Amino acid sequence: MRVFTAVIAIAAGILILSGYFFPALVGMQTLLLNWAIILTGVAALAGIFNLISVHTDKVRRGEKGGVYSALLVISLIATFFLGIILRPEHSAMKSLMNGIIIPSEAALLGILTISLIYAAIRLLRRRVDVMSVIFLLTAVFLLFGSATLPFGEIPLFGTLARWVTQVWALGGVRGILIGVALGTLTTGLRVLFGADRPYGGS
Amino acid sequence: MIIIELIILAVSAILLLVITLWKRKSPAKLHEIPALAQLYRLLGLSVEDGTRLHISLGSGSLLDARGGSALAGLAMLRHIAERTSVSDKPSVASAGTSVLGLLSQDTLQAGYRVAGVEELYAPTTGRVAGLSPFGYAAGAMNISQDENVSANIMVGNFGPEVALITDASERVNVATVGASDNLAGQAVLFANTQDPLIGEELFSTAAYLGGAPSHLASLTVQDILRWSIILVLLGGAVFEILRTI
Repeated sequence: MRVFTAVIAIAAGILILSGYFFPALVGMQTLLLNWAIILTGVAALAGIFNLISVHTDKVRRGEKGGVYSALLVISLIATFFLGIILRPEHSAMKSLMNGIIIPSEAALLGILTISLIYAAIRLLRRRVDVMSVIFLLTAVFLLFGSATLPFGEIPLFGTLARWVTQVWALGGVRGILIGVALGTLTTGLRVLFGADRPYGGS
Repeated sequence: MIIIELIILAVSAILLLVITLWKRKSPAKLHEIPALAQLYRLLGLSVEDGTRLHISLGSGSLLDARGGSALAGLAMLRHIAERTSVSDKPSVASAGTSVLGLLSQDTLQAGYRVAGVEELYAPTTGRVAGLSPFGYAAGAMNISQDENVSANIMVGNFGPEVALITDASERVNVATVGASDNLAGQAVLFANTQDPLIGEELFSTAAYLGGAPSHLASLTVQDILRWSIILVLLGGAVFEILRTI
């Protein structure tokens, strides 16, 4: 069975990759990608069942945070059935989305702002080295360079900040992205050769 | 352009195959990366202490370019699962997409199987923590805080929301090691973790945890390609300078 899954994965991977280089295989590539999208939709359902099973397990065992798990399961099931009965375009469903889910995520975004400021303050306590000092100074410098001030731009700051972002930072970003792209390439090739098999392989 | 891409792909594939065969015979010497040395220590400590490791795989989709980091995270998870499968508190993996959640379960099970303790595998150790980046961060924060976790290892696609996970971990003295293929996520991890992993170091975790020859070979291939790109960039710059003189 494990060999069978590997054969399917490698064959599908090679066909999809070949579709980018050989126009004759574009039809096959599109078909396989459409199948992958359908399977991803099915996997989303499996993922939700996994979420429910993990949290009901927590409630059953009376683990720490079990109350929140119970709340999550009840909310999830209630939203699911409401969505089936009322349909997603119903005003009540839209109110649920606009009144609970979006504000919750916005609140997390607000907490994130505080977390990031706090992280910057603690950076030098955690790791005192040249790179940390440069990181912190650059962040402060760029904030000053891009800030709107009542008396206008601080002389030289804006120009220097643009030079730092468009030359130094952009160069660094490109270097990092090239590294990430190379890593992605070799990781993809390992999966294509069957050396890494995260789909039930050993 | 397509021809150049095809040549790069073919050369990389051939190099990977040849170097994998070569690495099987000669042991590799890897330079030290502090974050990965710490990760290695944390693995041993978690088994000795009877505490849990939480491996966060991020929200990378396997249907786009972010899939590479997700696959690198799964390759690392496979080794961690094998090593910590006999621990009193087995490792927990969390994912921000369903497909990644299912693959994390399969990967954990494969690790247990190789360690010869498949009967100890519990499907709930591979989890989907949330289906949006912030939803995932909220779900993953709780795992670090509630489940006797000693270290939080984040390898995958994370945006700035990763700060919520690292912050929650730090509040309960959970060690953090993190790497992301997302630039905003990397910047946040640089400020929020003791030893950050930068750029392509994300893809070397499996090799440093004692991975297969193919993992070591992929590091060598990355080095060869990186030097080739450096030479092409320098050559191009020199050519342009000479052309304008």
